[in-house]
Amino acid sequence: MEIKRRDFLKMAAGTSLFLATGAPAMAREQKSLPPEAVGMLYDSTVCIGCRACQPACKQANDMPVEHSTPDSVWDDPIDLSAKTLNIIKVYTTGRGINKDSETDGYSFIKRHCMHCVDPACVSACPVSALKKNQQTGVVSYNKDACIGCRYCQLACPYNIPKFEFDKTFPQIRKCQLCEHRFKDNKFSACCEVCPTGASIFGKVADLQAEAKKRLTLKPGEYYKYPVAHVKSGQVSYRPVAKYQPKVYGEKDGGGSQILMLAAVSFEKLGMPALDEASDASFSENIQHTVYKGMIGPGVLLAGLLFAAYKSTNKKDE
Amino acid sequence: MNEESKPLGGKILTKPFLVCAFFAAIAAVLLVKRFIYGIGAVSNLSDGYPWGIWIAYDVVTGTAIACGGYSMALLVYIFNKGEYHPLVKPALLASMFGYTLAGFSVMFDIGRYWQAYNLVLPNYMQFNSVMFEVAMCVSLYIGILWMEFSPTLADWIKAKGLQKMLNRVMFIFIAIGVLLPTMHQSSLGSLLLLAGKKVSPLWHTGFLPLLFLISAITMGYAIVIFESIVSSVGFKREIETPILSKVAGFIPILIGIYLVVRFADIIIRGKIGLIFAFDLKAVMFIIENILYVIPLVILASPGNRVKTRQLFIAAGTLLLAGSVYRFNAFLIGFDPGAGWQYFPSFSEIMITLGVIASEIMAYMIFVKKMPVLPSMRHA
Amino acid sequence: MKLEEVTDSSPISGVSRRDFLKFCSMMAAAMGLPGMGAQIAEAVTVQKRPPVLWLSAQECTGCTESLLRTNHPSLERLILELISLEYHETLLVGSGKQAEEWREKSMQENKGKYILVVDGSIPVKDNGIYCKIGGKTALTLLEEMASQAAAVIAIGSCASWGGIPASDPNPTGATAVHEIFKSKGIKTPCVNIPGCPPNPYNFLSTVLYFLTFKKLPELDEQARPKFAYGRLIHENCERRPHFDAGRFALQFGDDGHRKGYCLYKLGCKGPETFNNCPIQLFNDVGSGAWPVGTGGPCFGCSEMGIGFTKPIHSPASPKYFTPPSILPRIDEKRGHGLTIAGVAVAAGIAGAALGAGAVTAKKLGKDDEEQGKSGSREK
Repeated sequence: MEIKRRDFLKMAAGTSLFLATGAPAMAREQKSLPPEAVGMLYDSTVCIGCRACQPACKQANDMPVEHSTPDSVWDDPIDLSAKTLNIIKVYTTGRGINKDSETDGYSFIKRHCMHCVDPACVSACPVSALKKNQQTGVVSYNKDACIGCRYCQLACPYNIPKFEFDKTFPQIRKCQLCEHRFKDNKFSACCEVCPTGASIFGKVADLQAEAKKRLTLKPGEYYKYPVAHVKSGQVSYRPVAKYQPKVYGEKDGGGSQILMLAAVSFEKLGMPALDEASDASFSENIQHTVYKGMIGPGVLLAGLLFAAYKSTNKKDE
Repeated sequence: MNEESKPLGGKILTKPFLVCAFFAAIAAVLLVKRFIYGIGAVSNLSDGYPWGIWIAYDVVTGTAIACGGYSMALLVYIFNKGEYHPLVKPALLASMFGYTLAGFSVMFDIGRYWQAYNLVLPNYMQFNSVMFEVAMCVSLYIGILWMEFSPTLADWIKAKGLQKMLNRVMFIFIAIGVLLPTMHQSSLGSLLLLAGKKVSPLWHTGFLPLLFLISAITMGYAIVIFESIVSSVGFKREIETPILSKVAGFIPILIGIYLVVRFADIIIRGKIGLIFAFDLKAVMFIIENILYVIPLVILASPGNRVKTRQLFIAAGTLLLAGSVYRFNAFLIGFDPGAGWQYFPSFSEIMITLGVIASEIMAYMIFVKKMPVLPSMRHA
Repeated sequence: MKLEEVTDSSPISGVSRRDFLKFCSMMAAAMGLPGMGAQIAEAVTVQKRPPVLWLSAQECTGCTESLLRTNHPSLERLILELISLEYHETLLVGSGKQAEEWREKSMQENKGKYILVVDGSIPVKDNGIYCKIGGKTALTLLEEMASQAAAVIAIGSCASWGGIPASDPNPTGATAVHEIFKSKGIKTPCVNIPGCPPNPYNFLSTVLYFLTFKKLPELDEQARPKFAYGRLIHENCERRPHFDAGRFALQFGDDGHRKGYCLYKLGCKGPETFNNCPIQLFNDVGSGAWPVGTGGPCFGCSEMGIGFTKPIHSPASPKYFTPPSILPRIDEKRGHGLTIAGVAVAAGIAGAALGAGAVTAKKLGKDDEEQGKSGSREK
């Protein structure tokens, strides 16, 4: 059967309609660290579990109190939540008396957004409500864009974005690295108040260097740990613990702007074991291969139009 | 046009209809509660399990079950098998309701529904998001389904001119109506790619889109058979066994391809050992695949394909298999970390039940009032 | 009185220069003014002793009694050397007409310069007839005396916010001093030193601050000096670590009570009461000399809406929440698991679906057989 010019134009119009709504696609490399990337270095061996960072975070971000006991006398979240963007948790084993030991020991871990180099949540969000800052690399949230689909929650390997399930008009909550304080020349509140230097703020490059340096130190020798900011000049002079030979976040899940050091294995501290390739690049590569330039769907549609035209017309005749 | 289908007639307020209405009413009340007190007030969703049965069933499984229209359109219009035409309209109708209600379910599942239009605002569109693709495709497809069904509506309101015009451009809608499910049924699987390590390796694979697509098509054929038999029994009509057996003939081939991909992938990735852990995940994996093997075995023999009972059992098991696969991938195989747990709450299940009930109610009304079901042929 | 004069041990006070400066430094420390001791000493020695008039309304003399028990300075030093106490019903040598005449004379002579201290609440019901002194109601006296004072200090909870006399049903219409000021348009600055009784040093420090700097100390929104009422009792409590660790006395005399655990569960109002009791202590006898220190839960005597209002043993509503010293584990149970209703309805649906499927299949089987029979018969 011959296709008339008019019908062909009809088909073409339908196809281009499709191309317009479809995704422009290109295969994509794993993303790399933004030029001015800032982040934190959390050293579990320096943390004393005082939790000064928790109220500081709540104050800086104007977050509500959370009760997990019937007495309701403490701000005592059991995990991160839509009310708690930063938390110190504890790993204990056996009698739990030796700090940073896996036998009869305990160790602290500070949890909040890792500000991934190639964040899954940003890839997940259909409406660009979660975005990674091109300069600082902070992953921030825009409630005016968000539709509340919670795909970011499903996607995040660290379970960071939290949703207000108890609100009529809910939104997603997550650590945004106290981005709103940067303009006043301040940095993340949790690092600012940390008394021991367990949590320090700084440029990711500096933090990486600092973390690597710590791994070269001999356990037991004294080291001047920077406090608050990697370049603050304040130090806390203390003996070095026996580190796990790993900087968590250097490569995990494609790398993150929050780095961690610990003396207990990270898995025991509840940190997921991730591949070096980010899930975002894996997912987007598959999607981009299928939808490359929308050529595949476009060709498919042309074929479908032809077939459908043929079969419906035949019937009419 | 109307020779092969006509309205069923009969009264609307039958007993099954009222039972459905009862469940729909309960769901409506619970939904009011959800919109006042938030999602947490009626569901067991949590930050660890942000997606529960509303997504796993209403959207992911629901649209797969609603693939009848897609599968039949593929067969009739694309592979030009006109003899199946009588099955197209009822399949289309079921798809229309399945997808429409999936779209409706999404509106109460998403937290900030009043901003849903952000999906179509150019400054917010995020083309790398699988969710964006799914959302756009599904919503477009809902529109397409209604367009595909529109000649029947036009016929019902006796708008002959409109019906003729619609029929002339119908091929465009049919073509798009095949493309869109191909895209989004695979993408429903792709949604899980991003969840990475949180999804058990038994389900997390780069082949998720392909597996979801094939299984959706098989479910499409299964639902056509299933629905045809059930509505025949329900409305006391003669069963279209001969034509159904022909449709059933495609199923074993598709299941075969599916199972080869499924197992080859797991074995090549070296994860087959996980089955022998015999934990919940492993057991569910085994159940899921047994459910796939049953219809494969039944329908592989042409003798079984002419028996209504065998067709019914095979179609039912296949639907179950596809549903279990989706539940497994989205809920059982999904593990956000130690300590997290999820089981749907009473209200949550009742809402889903209400959605299904309203779907059945709408189907009953439409087939009784509009020319949908094939007219009775004399044996 | 000159500073030098203090050097000679006065027979009345028996205070050496060294002791005097020590006292002034202590006062300065109490007000958070380190290094200001000398300036305070200068202020209280160089100037003419400031006249103070003390008006007692509906009160119990507890505030005066509390003041009598200070030893740095001792009361006699206070009233004979530091201030010139012109009028005070309890301490005045004269009485009756003589006393009232002196009050009026003093008010005239020191118009706009004297400090007025008020203890007790002012009854306003029935024109204030429930408290009269020398034939005048307390209300009239307050109006007269306050309007000509340099500053007013409302000492005790009664004067500050109503105290016991104002508690429900408040038969006399007992009203706080600053509220009378508001209704009568009196503009004289007013400081509240609530407490039942208040710590005398909070009063003395306020007086000395006024003498030294010619202004009132920094006040909070309830007109209380911030140096004394800036922090919750809870924040300076020696039992705080027990609170943070979740170690509570549950009954008077129980094991926890004897071990000095936190008294929160016995109704301690420390978490909602602003005062400096834990650091200022009472009676100058050393550590532990304050209610909580002796095992008695704070009842919030100084806090409006708490003391004499909230039941003594009902738990406080903390003003600020902080994390406890117990940390959450890595794998705390989170999310929502199985519930009876959820499982029941899920099982019900599964059962119903399987049952309906089985029944249909059985029925179809029969149909098949019948068809088969009729088919063969036809052959």
